[in-house]
Amino acid sequence: MKRTPVAERFSTIALFVGIGLFAFGTFWQAVAPWLSLKEIPVETMEDIAETIPPEFYMLARDYPEEFGRYFGKPDKASFIEALKTAKEIYIAEACWHCHSQFVRPVSKEEIRYGKVSYPSEYANVMQLPQLLGTRRVGPDLIRESGRHSNDWHVAHFKNPPAVVPGSVMPKFTWFFDEKGRPNKKGLSMVTYMQWLGSWAREPMYELPSREGERS
Amino acid sequence: MTEERGGIVSYPLVRFHIVFSMLYLGIVLLGGLLYSLQFIGLYPFPGIEIFSPGRIRMLHTNGAVYGFIINGFMAGLYWAVPRLTGHRVWNERFIGWFLAIALQAAVLATAGGLLLGLAQAIEWGETPVFIDPAVVAWLFVALAQFAVPIYRYAREKALYASNWYILAGLIWVIMVYIMGNYVPQFFVPGVAGAAVTGTWIHDAVGLYVTPIGWGLMYYFVPVLLRKPIWSHALSLLGFWGLAFFYPLQGVHHYLWSPIPMYAQYAAVLSTVILELAVVTVIVNFLMTLRGNAEALKHNIPVRWLFVGIINYAVTCLQCALQVLLTTQKVIHFTDWVVGHAHLIMYGTFGFWIMGFFAYLWPKVRRSEVYSRTLDEWAFWLITIGMSVMWVDLVSAGLVQGFTWWGLSPFIDSVNFSVPFWVTRTISGLMITAGFVAFAYNMYMTGRRAPVPAAQPQTSGGAV
Repeated sequence: MKRTPVAERFSTIALFVGIGLFAFGTFWQAVAPWLSLKEIPVETMEDIAETIPPEFYMLARDYPEEFGRYFGKPDKASFIEALKTAKEIYIAEACWHCHSQFVRPVSKEEIRYGKVSYPSEYANVMQLPQLLGTRRVGPDLIRESGRHSNDWHVAHFKNPPAVVPGSVMPKFTWFFDEKGRPNKKGLSMVTYMQWLGSWAREPMYELPSREGERS
Repeated sequence: MTEERGGIVSYPLVRFHIVFSMLYLGIVLLGGLLYSLQFIGLYPFPGIEIFSPGRIRMLHTNGAVYGFIINGFMAGLYWAVPRLTGHRVWNERFIGWFLAIALQAAVLATAGGLLLGLAQAIEWGETPVFIDPAVVAWLFVALAQFAVPIYRYAREKALYASNWYILAGLIWVIMVYIMGNYVPQFFVPGVAGAAVTGTWIHDAVGLYVTPIGWGLMYYFVPVLLRKPIWSHALSLLGFWGLAFFYPLQGVHHYLWSPIPMYAQYAAVLSTVILELAVVTVIVNFLMTLRGNAEALKHNIPVRWLFVGIINYAVTCLQCALQVLLTTQKVIHFTDWVVGHAHLIMYGTFGFWIMGFFAYLWPKVRRSEVYSRTLDEWAFWLITIGMSVMWVDLVSAGLVQGFTWWGLSPFIDSVNFSVPFWVTRTISGLMITAGFVAFAYNMYMTGRRAPVPAAQPQTSGGAV
């Protein structure tokens, strides 16, 4: 029998190509970045809750009945609870398919959104799985904190085009109870929006809450 | 020769996978249409939780890959692998039907999970976390199913190009799936997790869909044209180029992100180099067609395959352009990428699968094509719809990207996109109409009285 060329043997393709070349590529594209970044400590929910943005307390003040029913008092425990709930919703509703969570150093994004993203702000369990996103039908959210008021978010989740004419975001009516007040989901999502980027707030280019200052 | 080998192919399994593939394609097209209506203010189910557009979007993308493409590939593999190797697959009666039914169960469970809000935040791996182990087990069994005949053949002869791709693809997809669905979900958060996810998104296309698609093409193109592939050297070059450069590109889904730049540079460079490997494959197929271009006129399956190849050339050229860090400044995050994804997943692999089906269905039903006219309608509606959608979305991407760069208010990029989104819905309607023509033709072909089989022992001998 003629000897089979090495490149066309079963073992070459199964072991060298199938496993070897996959390992080589994956090393440079997945393992190496992880090795480069692994010195950054990963924050737990408790670490995150060390700094609670003021909007969380305002939420408790503005919606006392609902907040009391679902979360009790605005403290570390309830903040963690709200963020965990919001992360589940953010994933279930596939928010991340239309909203990214990183600011690039190009296309004047640091003017529009704020500080360019850096690795350590993602080293926390809220980014497990990561939610950087790959599409922007709506704006980036990683610098969202403080950009809009709690009321703006509540109204926006209920009916986005009513707040931002032309918006194509769906209505999230199930974030609200029968009386039209935000339920646990609604309150959690507002908390999450006010948390995203609360560690890197700075003056902003776009101030949508003020009429006539859009450009 | 063909007739002798017919006896080692399980016709019922091929039929089963074709039927389910077409069924999911219909659902996926409807899902896509439905989702597109949200963008032009005509969504028919506003405020209904389980039909939330975000969930429908995941149904659309996951249904396309797990429902339509994997079923389509399974049909192609059950037909091609025994013919390529001269051996039956590992086990049809038990393993074959187990795989077939388990796949549909996984797809339906995924669809239900997505609509009920149990998605996983891994792009293209939104399959709920509790289904992942079953998928991994399924992939192992699928590997064994097709690796056994390939191994038997390899003991006698050197493997043909199709077998390299199929074998490597079935091995890759197991590791790719485990990496992509477990590592970023449970172990690696944040930026490093994004690198892993990017590698998964990319490898799912590059190390499963592409090698299986190419492998089947290396079988179907020569068979349909009744002549050998043009160049063995080029098929070697294409295969090794894919194997070496494709796994090195995952991070190009997150360019300009906080992922270390060396990984981004490697991804960009290897993506551009890979286009050379892709060109060798495209040239190989086109040169095989040389002298037989008449076939495009009267042979519908050949036409699907070669228009798919042209679409592939376009997408890959686009890919080499869009992956550059300069281009990324404008087109990342825009509809440009969505257009690209549609042309590669449907315009290329979808077209190839339609071509396989157009060729296989009359064979496995032992019938004759019901209507040539319907075939023509299906082909032209889908081809024109696909082209319009691609041009439309790529243009929309440029508009969106430059609007952002120009620091217009964000909502401007949405308002400016509306005409493009209306066009997208219309092109989607054309594709769906083409699908209906194609599916109806298949249905009527299947209903026709079976043509008497030339050799009775080949009829469903496997099951």
